[in-house]
Amino acid sequence: MMSPSKALPLLVRVLRDPGVAVALDAAGWDLLLRQADAANLDALLLVLLEDAGLLDAVPAAPRAHLEWTRTAAASHAQAVRHEVRQIQRALQGLGLPLLLLKGAAYAMAGLDAGRGRLFSDIDILVPKSSLPDVEAALMMHGWITTHHDAYDQRYYREWMHELPPLQHARRGNSIDVHHAILPETAPVRPAPELLRAAARPIAGQPDLATLAPADMVLHSAVHLFFDGEFDKGLRDLVDLHRLLREWGAQPGFWDALPARARALELGRPLFYALRYCTRLLGTPVPPAVLAAVAPAGPNAALLWLMDRLFDRALLPLHPSCADAFSGLARFALYVRGNWLRMPPMLLARHLFHKAFLSPAKHADA
Amino acid sequence: MLTVGMLAPAELRSRLSGDGLVLRTGPFTNLIRSDVPHLIDTVALMYADYPVEPGGGFADFHLDYRRSRGLRRWFRSQVHFAYDGSTPFQPLPLAQAYPMLEWTMNWCVSHRAHGYLIIHAAVLEKHGRGIILPAPPGSGKSTLTAALLGHGWRLLSDEMTLVRPDDAMLVPVPRPVSLKNASIDVIRAFRPDAVLSRPVEETTKGTIAHVKAPRDSILRAGEPVRAACVVFPRYEAGADLALTPLPKARAFMELADNCFNYQVLGARGFAALGELIDTSDAYTFRYSSLPDAMALFDRLAQGAA
Repeated sequence: MMSPSKALPLLVRVLRDPGVAVALDAAGWDLLLRQADAANLDALLLVLLEDAGLLDAVPAAPRAHLEWTRTAAASHAQAVRHEVRQIQRALQGLGLPLLLLKGAAYAMAGLDAGRGRLFSDIDILVPKSSLPDVEAALMMHGWITTHHDAYDQRYYREWMHELPPLQHARRGNSIDVHHAILPETAPVRPAPELLRAAARPIAGQPDLATLAPADMVLHSAVHLFFDGEFDKGLRDLVDLHRLLREWGAQPGFWDALPARARALELGRPLFYALRYCTRLLGTPVPPAVLAAVAPAGPNAALLWLMDRLFDRALLPLHPSCADAFSGLARFALYVRGNWLRMPPMLLARHLFHKAFLSPAKHADA
Repeated sequence: MLTVGMLAPAELRSRLSGDGLVLRTGPFTNLIRSDVPHLIDTVALMYADYPVEPGGGFADFHLDYRRSRGLRRWFRSQVHFAYDGSTPFQPLPLAQAYPMLEWTMNWCVSHRAHGYLIIHAAVLEKHGRGIILPAPPGSGKSTLTAALLGHGWRLLSDEMTLVRPDDAMLVPVPRPVSLKNASIDVIRAFRPDAVLSRPVEETTKGTIAHVKAPRDSILRAGEPVRAACVVFPRYEAGADLALTPLPKARAFMELADNCFNYQVLGARGFAALGELIDTSDAYTFRYSSLPDAMALFDRLAQGAA
C-alpha cells in the first residue's frame, strides 16, 4: 500500500489530512487551489478546511478564493433543489418514486458526499418500461433532447443505459434518465429491478428516493471504473471515499457490501474502488472486507498495469500532477472504458462512426 | 512599487516567456505568460503603469497565450489561450492576441470572483461620486467612458462594475477601455492625448482598439467609491441631449439583467443591488455630442442634474 508520501500531489495530501494546509506558504496555496480547481474539488476543499477549523489560518488571497467558491456552491445547491422539485412536478402523474442517482442523490439526502460537490446533470433511474412515459412527461414540461443526430439517438436508445440527455429549454439544466447503471451492450448487467427494490425514501421527502447504501457505493464504483473518461476521476474517487466513511460507520454496512457486489456482478469495480480509495486517500476499510473482495481482483500482472494507469488517471488533471506517461495512461483507460461498454465489433463500428462519419456530417451542416 | 514600465524590455520578455509576469489589476493578481512578440509589446504599452508583484507566490488567475507550433507557425498563425493548463476557448488569429488577453482577463473575473456582484457596466468617479454606465454593446458606453477620462474622471472599470456585497461600495479594477469601429477615430479626435493600442481588424466585434487607463486611476485602484448615479446611455446621431429620470424599480431590474453573477449571489446580490439603487439617482441618457455630454456629466459630478 502506498504511504502518504511527498510523492502524492499536494491536493491529495490535503484531502488525506487537511492539517497539511496549515504549513503552506503563498506558493503552496497557489498550487493547492489550482489543483483543486482542475479537479473540481475547490468547494470540497472549503468544506474540509472549515470542518477541521482551519479556515481562519488561510491567508487572505486564497481565503478570498475559497469564499468565492462558497457563494458558487450555495447557489448550486439551491439550483439543484429547485431543479429536483421541477422534475418531481413533471413526473408526479406517473406514480413512480423519483429515484435520484449520484450528485443529486447525495445533495438531496444530505449526505457528506454531497457537501461541496458541484455537478452539472441530474441523474434519475426509472423502470425501462416507463421510459416512454417519463420522456413524454419531461418533454411536456420543457425538456428537449440534445442529440439530434440519428446515429446518436440510436447509440443511446439501443445500446446505452440512458436516454439521450434532455435539456430544459428555458433553464438550460440537463437531466439524464437511466434505466440501468451499465449499458445494454456491457458484459455484466446488474439487474435494475434489484436496485429499485432496495431503494430507500429520503427522510422527510417521501416522494424522493436514493439507492440503498451498498448500491450507492457500487454505482459510484461502476461509474468511475467502467468509464473511459477520468477528467473528474479524483472527484469521483472522493465521492467513494466519503460514502464509505459515512456508510461505513453504520452497523451491517461492511458485512453486506461484498455479498451485494457479488449479487450484482460488480465485484471487480468494488475491488478497484476499495483499492484506490485506500491507496490514494487512506480510506479506512476493514481488512476482512478487503480480503472478501480480493478474489474479484485481476491477476497480478494486470493489477500491476492497472496500478500504473489508475495511479496517474486518478490524480487532478493539472500540469503539476502529470508525468511523461499520464497522457498514455488516460488514453489507455479511454480505450478500456469503451471496451468494457461494448463488444469489439460494435465498438469498432462506433469508433469508426465517431471518427469519420460524424465529423463529415458536421462539416456539411 | 515596481511597475511594468520600470522593467527593461528584455526583462519583461523574459518574465512573460518564463515563469510569468504577475500583474496587479485592482484587487486581482494575474500571472501572465506569452511568447507572442506583439502581445508583449502591447502589454508593455498598455500596462506600463500597473504594479508588478513578485513571482513565486499566490496569483488569482493563471493565463497563458502561445502562438501556434508546427506548420501553423508559418501559415495563418494563431494564438492559443490556456487557463492553467486547460483550454476553454478556440484559438484566434495571431493578430487578435491582445484583444483575446483583455477578454480572457475579464472572463476570469466574471466567472470566478463571486466575492463581488459584477455588473456589465462602466464605472467612473469624480468628486467622490461614482457613476455607473450599464449598457448593451453599441450604446456608446465605452466611447463616453474614454471621453470622460480626458475630463478629470477616474476610471474604475470599462466593462465590470464590482459591487462589494457587504456595503455596496464600488471596487475599482481599472483596465484599458475597449473601443470599436468608428469610436476609435472619434476618440482620437476628441482626446489627442489618449494612448491607443494598434487597431485590430476583423474581430467578431469588428475593428477593436484599446485606450490606456489614466495613470492616476491605476494608482488609486485601492480606493472604493459609493455609487451616486446609474446612467443608461444611448448614442443617437443628431439627437438632442436628454437626461430622463428612471424609476428606481426599473433601474433595479435593468441592472440585475446586466449582472454576470446576480443568480450566483442570490439573496446577497439582491440586497447589495437594493442598497446601491437606494443611494443612487437613476437616469436614461441620450446624446450625440461629446462636449455636451462632458458638461452634463460635470453637473452630475457636482450632484446637480
